[in-house]
Amino acid sequence: MDQIAVHQDNATSADWAVAIYRTLKDFGVAQVSYVPDAGHSRLIKLSHADAAIKTTVLTTEEEGVALSAGAWLGGDRAVLLMQSSGVGNCINMLSLMASCRFPFLTLVTMRGEWAEFNPWQIPMGKATQQAMEIMGVTVLRLENPDDAEEVISAAASLAYDGDQQVAVLISQKMIGRKKWTETK
Amino acid sequence: MAQEFGSLDRRAAVKALLADRGDLLVVSGLGSSSYDLFDAGDHAGNFYLWGAMGGAAMVGLGLALAQPQRPVLVITGDGEQLMGIGSLLTVAVKKPGNLSIAVLDNGHFGETGMQMSHSGLGAKLEVIAQGAGITDVTEIADMKGIDAFGAALKDLRGGPRLARIRISSGEVERALPPRDGTYLKNRFRAHLGFAVT
Repeated sequence: MDQIAVHQDNATSADWAVAIYRTLKDFGVAQVSYVPDAGHSRLIKLSHADAAIKTTVLTTEEEGVALSAGAWLGGDRAVLLMQSSGVGNCINMLSLMASCRFPFLTLVTMRGEWAEFNPWQIPMGKATQQAMEIMGVTVLRLENPDDAEEVISAAASLAYDGDQQVAVLISQKMIGRKKWTETK
Repeated sequence: MAQEFGSLDRRAAVKALLADRGDLLVVSGLGSSSYDLFDAGDHAGNFYLWGAMGGAAMVGLGLALAQPQRPVLVITGDGEQLMGIGSLLTVAVKKPGNLSIAVLDNGHFGETGMQMSHSGLGAKLEVIAQGAGITDVTEIADMKGIDAFGAALKDLRGGPRLARIRISSGEVERALPPRDGTYLKNRFRAHLGFAVT
């Protein structure tokens, strides 16, 4: 059987991840939760390394929605990191945010939209924006690494000051092609 | 007819847990758990869920991490906890010392016609919680156990802890807390000293 090794081309991700991290710090974010994604790996590392941020690994994405609600009740600003395949998992839990008008910010790395090699990623990737929007979440897109600070800052204001639920979809183009190497 | 799963009266059990609540903050799972909490006495430090099934323990975790100097109690049912069973792993690895979870277990889905739950069909929530990594797990079948758990949850360093409380599956009258989520949120935050902006 062929063994498949996977490599993520993250050469470009370092700078924008740091820009996102700094912007979240500027907004006083105190809790980060995540279901891992390669595209978020740098931000997850920065978050874990920061003693002022309580970082929580989740078993499924909707846990992070509920966690964000609890954090806000207790006075903390929270951010949920996930990849687009996890968005569908959140649908019913987003009712909690809408019913209570909880501020909510999630950063979603996209799959299934740019040079995607895995057909299984495509249905949820194509539905990601609509899935958020049918539950009342405002969707912003981050397509260019240079815009990271501006887009995340706008999203954070809308969420924490405007009491909105906001998702920033981070383009798969920005994250880089996933390189697969097959070896015999 | 629903099979009797435990003998404790749910209302009496929750009332006893909260008898000397001090600065305890409480999150309740949707359905009967929210009615029980409200029946024990409405309080600004209560956050009643009316939906978000499977999310009670995670709301409790976010709150416990934000308020490490306050004890936080999640009161929920077996069905609600089962839907969010993965959250027990998330709570266990995060180790919030101030978080306690009380699962009122009657082995049934009480809100929807008393269908038997996985717990009623043999799943052992206390074993699952221990397997998840929660070390302080108790099974409670009498009021003495309730009193001991009520005292223990004030200790901010002993958590996370989980109690499986075997309650009777008998129907009780509904006691309905406010349903306006924004009101409940703002009331709760005001209780903690956060201004409504």
